[in-house]
Amino acid sequence: MVVVDSQSPPKFGDYEAQRHWMEITLNLPVLEWYRNSTGNDLSYWGLDYPPLTAYQSYFHGLFLRFFDPDSVSLFTSRGYETYVGKLLMRWTVLSSDTLIFFPAIFYFAFVYHSSCHSSRKNDCAWHIAMLLLNPCLILIDHGHFQYNCISLGLTVAAIAAILSQRELLASCLFTLALSHKQMSVYYAPAFFSHLLGKCLRRKNPIHGVAKLGLTVLGTFTVVWWPYLHSTDALLGVLSRLAPFERGIYEDYVANFWCTSSVIIKWKRLFSVHSLKFISLTATVLTCLPSMVQQVMAPSSRGFLYGLLNSSFAFYLFSFQVHEKSILLPLLPASLLALEERRPFKWLMFYGLFSMFPLLCRDKLVLPYFALHALFMLLYHAPCGHGGRPRNARPNNTKFDYFDSFKTFMNGFIYLSSFILHIVYLTMHPPEKFPYLFEAIIMLICFYQFALLAFYTNVKQWSLLEHSTTEEEKKLI
Amino acid sequence: MESSSSTPQLLWFFAIAACVKLLLIPAYYSTDFEVHRHWLALTHSLPLSNWYADETSPWTLDYPPFFACFERFLSIFAHYIDPQIVDLHNGLNYRANSAIYFLRISVILSDLWLLYGVYRLTKNADVKRRYLIWVLIVWSPALVIVDHLHFQYNGFLLGWLLLSISFLQEGKDLMGGFLFAVLLCFKHLFAVAAPVYFVYLLRHYCWKGLVRGFSRLSVLGAVVVAVFAAAYGPFLYHGQIQQVFNRMFPFGRGLCHAYWAPNFWVFYIILDKVFSFFLKKFGFSIQIPAASFTGGLVGDSSPFAVLPKISPSTTLIMVLLALSPCFIKAWTNPQPRMVARWIAYAYTCGFLFGWHVHEKASLHFVIPLAIVAVQSLEDAKHYFMLSIVSCYSLFPLLYEAQEYPIKVLLLLLHSILMWLGFSTKFTRASAPNTTVTAKKKGAQSKSIESSSPAAEKGGFTIGWVGKSYLLGLLLVEIWGQFLHPYLLGDKFPFVPLMLISTYCAFGIMYSWIWQLRCIISTA
Repeated sequence: MVVVDSQSPPKFGDYEAQRHWMEITLNLPVLEWYRNSTGNDLSYWGLDYPPLTAYQSYFHGLFLRFFDPDSVSLFTSRGYETYVGKLLMRWTVLSSDTLIFFPAIFYFAFVYHSSCHSSRKNDCAWHIAMLLLNPCLILIDHGHFQYNCISLGLTVAAIAAILSQRELLASCLFTLALSHKQMSVYYAPAFFSHLLGKCLRRKNPIHGVAKLGLTVLGTFTVVWWPYLHSTDALLGVLSRLAPFERGIYEDYVANFWCTSSVIIKWKRLFSVHSLKFISLTATVLTCLPSMVQQVMAPSSRGFLYGLLNSSFAFYLFSFQVHEKSILLPLLPASLLALEERRPFKWLMFYGLFSMFPLLCRDKLVLPYFALHALFMLLYHAPCGHGGRPRNARPNNTKFDYFDSFKTFMNGFIYLSSFILHIVYLTMHPPEKFPYLFEAIIMLICFYQFALLAFYTNVKQWSLLEHSTTEEEKKLI
Repeated sequence: MESSSSTPQLLWFFAIAACVKLLLIPAYYSTDFEVHRHWLALTHSLPLSNWYADETSPWTLDYPPFFACFERFLSIFAHYIDPQIVDLHNGLNYRANSAIYFLRISVILSDLWLLYGVYRLTKNADVKRRYLIWVLIVWSPALVIVDHLHFQYNGFLLGWLLLSISFLQEGKDLMGGFLFAVLLCFKHLFAVAAPVYFVYLLRHYCWKGLVRGFSRLSVLGAVVVAVFAAAYGPFLYHGQIQQVFNRMFPFGRGLCHAYWAPNFWVFYIILDKVFSFFLKKFGFSIQIPAASFTGGLVGDSSPFAVLPKISPSTTLIMVLLALSPCFIKAWTNPQPRMVARWIAYAYTCGFLFGWHVHEKASLHFVIPLAIVAVQSLEDAKHYFMLSIVSCYSLFPLLYEAQEYPIKVLLLLLHSILMWLGFSTKFTRASAPNTTVTAKKKGAQSKSIESSSPAAEKGGFTIGWVGKSYLLGLLLVEIWGQFLHPYLLGDKFPFVPLMLISTYCAFGIMYSWIWQLRCIISTA
């Protein structure tokens, strides 16, 4: 259920970047795509995604060239923005969404709900609506203009393949997702640990690992083939994918480095090189609990939690994170929506809120509010849900005070976030702190994300105890 | 206690529709947008006596006085938000965001009146029926396309109609008649159902013995006259009645709109062209008329080469003829529960045989039929087909490429919802259904009769005729959108539209015959 907000004018940035990539891939030979040359000036929106994006740009470029050749002609089409051009570009995103993301979601829903015995039709329909009507994804892909739907769709298909025990297919699909956008690496620890855990439980683990490894390498080889003939070409591509010179954070993203930079000025204290190392360590440390859990006790549910945790870890602690990367934790959260209803709603609310300044700059305020409202309305659909968790667990009396305090705090923060929306739109920040409102939004969102990440990590660990007690029961 | 819990859910339906409509705010709007903006300015800046006389803009006021008062009411808020919207001269073709947002939001809010009408209608229905009617009316894609994209206030007007029907269904005839009279003073196009109302009210409300009947008749008459007096009185006072009527009834326009509404006259025109083609081949001299139907219409000249000219009075007679079975039924057996069917039938006849009918007028009978659609399996099947055909016939209203995915998506989603809704409601209906589809008109007699015996499982299914018709719809669309420009380029640009009109006209004719059969066959 994607409502097309193609009426909103595309911004010069990402739109021009994508159009430029179509121009480059159409007119230059494959080897030149990542190399600086007269035809391809890398400082002007150079390609900074892996080859699958480039192939996809080529394919879309063919489509554009058929209808409007001027929009993708070399050099002369820079800054080209006509009605037809914009429309065609929007339709490429829409078609990618429909052809890749939608089938992947349906595949996942099919696998997930056929394995869960207690699912009702209503729940299934609600879940699909939540997945398809993800406001973040719609706003970013169709409003801001990107192709996240392709890599996310491939990832969802990979997840569904894992849930249906087709591991080779899953690794192939995930490799494709990785080759489309390097941000998919946020999920890599979860995939790796889950598959490793599964393999270790088999009679012949080396065999399993080898098969998976070969699949991954094989897929990589097929996709990266043009660039594998020399280390130079390969390094050339890889250096475009990881632009470390842009610094550890940009703008006001709600992750650890940016939020704590209010107090600790990281950029001043450390060099880029040491910051890379610090962020890598922090990320790995945060990922570790969830990875260990999966290796020790792999399960489908644990895998979904693992995805959520590893993407949170990367989002909070990684290098050069964008606000848009909140999409990555949001995806597993929405896959888990039936089991973690309230956390899903919070994550969506605060994820959207963290993107609010960006969307305001893109003049997407009306779609933001309308889609957000639509999402909340569908979430609270009157056909029998209302936010109750599907498997209610008995309440522990000692947490009662904690619960009511939590509810109060959450209500308070919801209300203040809502007020902040209005404030951000209508008032001007004081002269001394021109980015005051962005900073406040970032603080609130970071606090919520950190809480959620902590909660989901705890949940995943509790699965370990749950599964070990079950194993003990089986042994008895 | 059922009704108290239904209001939040109804509001939920409305809120979802409102979100979708909000997303459509920046989309295409037609000249009707400027028309309504101008009327805001007109009613705000000029005194009453000039409303129907003003010529500042070609978009002169051609709705009855109550609508003008409605615009006046809106203009108060418009003035508060941005005075330039209601400026008579500086506001011409004003396209600022404030104007767009204000007008769009005013349509969204005026749909609350439609919501109230729906609420009243479904107050006493059971839950499944209620939800189904809400899905059919509140989420109607045709209404979204016409009101929120093309820009009109049909939701508000249909709200009055639905309210009137709801009162009639409850037996409160006086109120029903009153509301209908008010509706007539908002948009006179709704007067097509006036004869039906008249016959029904006369028979059901007034036919109660001499004294009581007569007193009731006079009360009813007084109420109606009072409503009309309130509307037209001020203009009578200013001596402008003639001007008002001239504006409201512009009969100088031709039989068909530039884009043919899918009604009976489509077949008439095509028949005429076919005859003229063959007669010319056989050597007769046929005068090809100056104003051809293919190029858009102006003027009064007879555009028919062979067949006799059609005048407004001819269309009136045909409409009344088509309505006659309905009159007879309403007279002999006035039952409140049949009112919705009769009124919808009246609008169908008006649509099929009327003068200068817009395709948007299909809303007038599709929305009331939604009330009827949930009553039986047959009604549901009929409504499913009708809703899709009428929505599709509205597609040419949105001719810009960027609205294409929107209108297709709205229609598809709504069809899926309808299918799901009807399937869950009619899961175990095992009544025998014999579907007879006979289409007979003019020289093109193509009678397809198929009777399917009682379905073993019952339930909501579409027979092969319906399925092939829908498939044909898809093919028409593919031809019009993709194959025609690809194969024929710019030649015969009117052919796709003609094809859509004609194909939908078949569907609407079928609906008319089906409704007629339904009305005649009820006890």
